[in-house]
Amino acid sequence: MKSLLRFPRLSVWHFIFTVIILGGMRGLYVRAMYGLGAATNLTDRFPWGLWKGFNVLTGIGLGAGGFTVAATVHIFNLKRYKPILRIALLTAFLGYSLMAVALMIDIGQPQRIWHPIVMWNEHSVLFEVAWCVMLYLTVLSLEFAPAVCERFGWHKARTAVGLISAPVVIFGVVLSTLHQSSLGTLFLIVPEKLYGLWYTPLLPVLFFLSAVCAGLAMVLFACRQSRQAFGRQVPAALMEGVARALAVMLAIYHAVRFGDLIQRRAVHLLAQNRMETWLFALETALLTAPLLVLLRERNRGSREARYLCSLMVLFGFVANRLNVSITGLEASQATHYVPKWPEVMITFSLISVGFAIFRIAALHLPLFVEAKRAEEPETIAA
Amino acid sequence: MSRAILYDSSMCIGCRECEKACAARWKLPYNEAIAAEEQISAHKLTAIQTHGTHYSRRLCMHCADPTCASVCPVGALKKTSLGPVVYDPAKCIGCRYCMLACPFQVPTYEWQSRLPIVRKCDMCYERVSQGKPTACAEACPTGATVCGDRDGLILEARRRIREKPDQYYGRIYGVEEVGGTSVLFLSPVPFGQLGIPTNLPKTPLPMLTWKVLSRTPDIASVAGVLLGGVYWITHRREKVAAEEGDGNHRGKK
Repeated sequence: MKSLLRFPRLSVWHFIFTVIILGGMRGLYVRAMYGLGAATNLTDRFPWGLWKGFNVLTGIGLGAGGFTVAATVHIFNLKRYKPILRIALLTAFLGYSLMAVALMIDIGQPQRIWHPIVMWNEHSVLFEVAWCVMLYLTVLSLEFAPAVCERFGWHKARTAVGLISAPVVIFGVVLSTLHQSSLGTLFLIVPEKLYGLWYTPLLPVLFFLSAVCAGLAMVLFACRQSRQAFGRQVPAALMEGVARALAVMLAIYHAVRFGDLIQRRAVHLLAQNRMETWLFALETALLTAPLLVLLRERNRGSREARYLCSLMVLFGFVANRLNVSITGLEASQATHYVPKWPEVMITFSLISVGFAIFRIAALHLPLFVEAKRAEEPETIAA
Repeated sequence: MSRAILYDSSMCIGCRECEKACAARWKLPYNEAIAAEEQISAHKLTAIQTHGTHYSRRLCMHCADPTCASVCPVGALKKTSLGPVVYDPAKCIGCRYCMLACPFQVPTYEWQSRLPIVRKCDMCYERVSQGKPTACAEACPTGATVCGDRDGLILEARRRIREKPDQYYGRIYGVEEVGGTSVLFLSPVPFGQLGIPTNLPKTPLPMLTWKVLSRTPDIASVAGVLLGGVYWITHRREKVAAEEGDGNHRGKK
């Protein structure tokens, strides 16, 4: 924080950031004072919009890099990936926290957000998601705690969190598997509303697989960002490894997805000239192109190709989530939903805040020390 | 004994007395402008609709296995053994999943309120639990809306179809739809022409998510054991390698 205040180097980005935040605050004011009707274009026929579709579904999905890399490093014991673990955990932590903030803005009674803790309905997918997300945010805090402890020299606390890391990581992976897939299960309840290209009993599986893809892409993106902004290098070999994992996951995702389309005889929908077909094509193109690019070893070695692919996967993932939660529902609801400006501004504000916190954390927390240590075989990092 | 409502479109004259009685029961304003609205909303929990020369009515269908009650994360919506699906506004967090999930598009929201709640017909739960008919049924001058025992109403509806087969589309809506509803419809024309959804499965929608959700404990325990096993193997391998003095491996602890 201090260093940000110390050099108010005004740039275009600072200006854009300020405008977005001011717009977001204005939007928040409208939301708080005049209610959801004034702040959103939501209606009785279309009760979920940008905040649910983008901030909640995408925020959680982009955080999937956290559990993926944590599992790789701690459970599969592939220690060479340790340098990117903290970046992955940080993006996850930010994704989930900002999702929680967005949820507080979206729900009608934010002061009751704790209700699912004491009021149970185990038949509700959303109840399960609420619990998993609450628990997983705790897990993420514990997983990320070492970086904070090291920064402030809390050695005893650092040792303590190190000791419980194994069960915590396993618990976190289990929770993530459950709620990443459950976000897809949420939409199993609307078979007659969600368009046939997206509605499938396999939604939970597809949501899980695509979340892992998005999480890996987010790791690539975040490493690249921190390299550009702070000159922190993550070994290129690691990035190649992540890119290879991304290619494998994308291949599995597409195999399941198109296998499912063929199996439930929905391929003919692709021949129809309607909005849904084109949106599906857009989403598929954004997710297929990186797969084709990353299949080549030469491309995986290219920094630019990796960056481009990570961006395409991220956008493709966002498109997919918005299609499932918004555009895929429009036809059956006979409505056309376009978010109102407070929805858009608050969403952009939260993204900006995410970038800002990431920047501050990257500058002030030992996110990259592990990279140094990994090169010295004798130094032992718990 | 489960209570239900039977609405017979062929007997409805569109007088909107049901709307007026419903507004009075909820202490909601009612005037000509509101009467002209043909959609249900937070200030109008039942609505008479005009479809060509026929009338239709919109209200909560009070499903036997309600989708709204299954999706609500805090259990604010409940199916009572008496028939009505009731809502507890004190529990509601305002996630609006019920609105997304309801196949009949029934729950509505107070969009203009700072701390809004969901609004929907509760089949006059208080009146019905005292053995009285619903306000709408009591107000209906033609008997197009009647309140009674569900099984009895189904028999009554069948009798009407049998006696005047040319006046009715020969089906009762709500007997099988999404596992059955406590509001039944009779119509002279196919139900689609009354704006009633006809693409619903006969099985309750909550089954779709419960099939997956009920496996949660299995998935969690299998995944936990599996991951624990992988952890043990990978770290054991490392330890053994370290003990055998393989200098290339970095020992942990």
